[in-house]
Amino acid sequence: MSMQNTKKESFMDNLRSRLEGVNLRQNGIFLALIGLIIFFAATTPGAASITPDNVSNLVMQNGYILVLAIGMVMVIIAGHIDLSVGSIAAFIGAVAGVFVVRPLEQDGWEWLPALPWFVGIIAAILVGALVGVWQGFWVAYVGIPAFIVTLAGMLIFRGLALMTLQNSNIGPFPDEFRAIGNGFFDKENTLGASLGFPVDLNAAALVLTAVGILALWWREITTRRGRAKYGQAIEPWVWFLVKNTMLTLMIGGVGFQLARANGIPYLLILMIFLIVIYSLIMNKTTFGRHIYAIGGNLNAAMLSGINVRRVNFWLFVNMGALAALSGILIAARMNSAVPKAGDGFELDAISSVFIGGAAVQGGVGTVTGSMIGGMIQGVLGNGMNLNSVGIDSQMFIKGLVLLFAVAFDVWSKRRK
Amino acid sequence: MSNNILEMRSITKVFPGVRALDDVSLTVERGHIHAICGENGAGKSTLMKVLSGVYAHGTYEGDIFYEGEVVAFKNLRDSEAKGIVIIHQELALSPYLSIAENIFLNNEIKRFGLIDWNKTGQEAQKLIARVGLRESPDTKIKEIGVGKQQLVEIAKALSKRVKLLILDEPTAALNDEDSAHLLDLLRHLKGQGITCIIISHKLNEIASIADKTTIIRDGKVIETLDMAGGKVDQERIIKGMVGREMENRYPQHTATIGEEIFRVENWTAHHPEETSRVVVDNVNINVHRGEIVGLAGIMGAGRTELARSIFGHSWGSKISGKVFINGKEAKVSTIRDAIDSGIAYATEDRKRYGLNLIDDIKRNISMASLKEFLKRGLVDDNREFVVASEYRESMNIKAPSVNSVVGKLSGGNQQKVVLSQWINTKPEILILDEPTRGIDVGAKYEIYTIIQNLADSGKGVIVISSELPELLGICDRVYAISEGRITGEVEKKDFKPELLMKYMTTEKGH
Repeated sequence: MSMQNTKKESFMDNLRSRLEGVNLRQNGIFLALIGLIIFFAATTPGAASITPDNVSNLVMQNGYILVLAIGMVMVIIAGHIDLSVGSIAAFIGAVAGVFVVRPLEQDGWEWLPALPWFVGIIAAILVGALVGVWQGFWVAYVGIPAFIVTLAGMLIFRGLALMTLQNSNIGPFPDEFRAIGNGFFDKENTLGASLGFPVDLNAAALVLTAVGILALWWREITTRRGRAKYGQAIEPWVWFLVKNTMLTLMIGGVGFQLARANGIPYLLILMIFLIVIYSLIMNKTTFGRHIYAIGGNLNAAMLSGINVRRVNFWLFVNMGALAALSGILIAARMNSAVPKAGDGFELDAISSVFIGGAAVQGGVGTVTGSMIGGMIQGVLGNGMNLNSVGIDSQMFIKGLVLLFAVAFDVWSKRRK
Repeated sequence: MSNNILEMRSITKVFPGVRALDDVSLTVERGHIHAICGENGAGKSTLMKVLSGVYAHGTYEGDIFYEGEVVAFKNLRDSEAKGIVIIHQELALSPYLSIAENIFLNNEIKRFGLIDWNKTGQEAQKLIARVGLRESPDTKIKEIGVGKQQLVEIAKALSKRVKLLILDEPTAALNDEDSAHLLDLLRHLKGQGITCIIISHKLNEIASIADKTTIIRDGKVIETLDMAGGKVDQERIIKGMVGREMENRYPQHTATIGEEIFRVENWTAHHPEETSRVVVDNVNINVHRGEIVGLAGIMGAGRTELARSIFGHSWGSKISGKVFINGKEAKVSTIRDAIDSGIAYATEDRKRYGLNLIDDIKRNISMASLKEFLKRGLVDDNREFVVASEYRESMNIKAPSVNSVVGKLSGGNQQKVVLSQWINTKPEILILDEPTRGIDVGAKYEIYTIIQNLADSGKGVIVISSELPELLGICDRVYAISEGRITGEVEKKDFKPELLMKYMTTEKGH
């Protein structure tokens, strides 16, 4: 018995040392996402899940959840939670509607001129940040648990959304405003026309995809070289190649399908921009590092001179601004600000973060992981829709996926 | 039946890397008050945990005879069933429940499966009368003081029909009046045939109450003294506690002491919740460049509280006094201010207060000095890796790389990470709180060397420790602290454990 144990352990140790530098959890969910995509490509009638239009839809439908998940993962890493983001999104959608569509027709807003669409967006995001100031104040400076503050916020901001909308919808929005949720980069394919491309193949999308792939390889290779130069552990080169080839195929596949549809959505460009910026914030700025430190050990962070209150405060301000952006995207996509917007989105965002490998106790999680978690949910929902799975079974399955993803996390941690 | 209620024979308990108890035998006579003395870490608490079943039978070697028969306790419940009850220094009472509810917690009086509250109140009333507590059984625990809470614990023990009562530092947190009352109660219980084992640092109390005193040092029994007739005094107990060989446990070192680098004047701090309680009482201390200054005191004397109140007011309320660094008054009202002024504080509890255990070595080392690693506003993680690797090399942190997770390291290596973290803040003065707690002997030697190197590089170092020999082994000067006051200051040439132990146990009004 004991012989077997030591044998097994030494095998596991061996495996572990070989895999040093490989983030098992992160790569695990990435592989799960690839597996899901392949599964639905094979099972949906006529491979409907990977048709150009569906890929395009998939991107457009999940963008606003992913924006929420970016803010949410930061909040969760610090050991908090935010239940109010769906309501904030609805409230800010309404505010944006008032700002850019028809302040004159809403009682009490007559003093406000209809703002140009981009001024309206900036102003709406600032209002979202103010909402964050409110919640951050209670969490950071009064010391009320975020669960309570944001549970209250869930009601408060849904209420404010209803009040702002005065029991109606606001819309339609100007075309430029709608474009952030619905528009495509060079939809008319003018670049393709000048290059003599077929009408239904968007040249700009192909160029952007190529740029994206080159940027990926450039970054991966320079990071790897940098780490190697300083003697840091690096992934085995086989895995490095396999992983990045898979990523390339995925990005290339999505890009090509988007080119065959309407081109690259502005939303996708915005998403990639946010993911890059926020990954940078979390890994390379003092603010991001302090978030991890606070979530990992609050007392130690405090005794290291970190101003915990200030970090918590800005976390919620940031979450408010991102929830606002999400609300604007929803309004833009629906071309209308409605009272029920963003209903239940906080739960989708939270699920994305936990499927993406964040720890319930805080201290652990990544922006990219949460994005993959969000995409898993999106692909799963979309694929089940195409397979005509009922909404009842969909909820059931999504619930199990969340539970098992976190259970796997707990289990793999216990084995260490 | 023999006259001994308890015989522990050749108990040996080994933790990874530490022999906490080494062939310990203890005999307690029925109806006696038996004191156990020893420094922190000597093995007293471990011995009591073996006795009460916290460390289950089978995890230690040796036999326990209780009431004439061999016992093999698997847990606390087993030992309690036999009438052995242990009361820990940190009381195990639930603050929002009443006295009666606490007394019968997990031992509820039931009728038809439901709690019989009438009977509970009645029985509780009897028990609290027996311990001389004048409170209603319905009073919530949080509304009564520590002294009365201690009595509730004893009432709880009586409700379990205790035969052998073990008290771990029962008077450490009590004032003189409450202590006197508690000791009277123990004498009274003794009259009723209850045997008592008492662990205490308060030697005058032991001298007055104990029938026998067993002295433990380094996991071994040194001697058992018969206290009858008042022949044994505090000096005699101290001699047994500290008299050990001190060669080769501390690296040789000659200090080059420079000008004054750190001075604290009239420092007073109150308890954070009970704001009227003075915990640090008008303390004046100083440290010179190149000097290692010890702060000696028993647990609860106010050592850590002094350090943490100086370190950015991170403990206490109503803090007053001045801190000078290099002759200039330093701002220490927030932790950031204290760090920027050149103070570093390495905590006594590195797991709870010192380290982010789920993160890697390099990020723990950079945690308190992250600004130093910024390049164009972003953290340069390659430099972070390089700097951390330098510390790994110079501190001899045993880990495959600085990307290893800190939680998996041994205590000694974790402590080296803590020290690296603080050295990297480039402090003038380092306050090291129990720097060798929970660390094996070899790693201790390394830590001492690091401390001496720090002093030699011109910094001032304050070492807080419960282990007197450690302070005498590495310090150039030692302050003794007792009940929040500095009760003595001893230069290296005058180092004598007995003298310091006397200062450390000096009580107010004595």
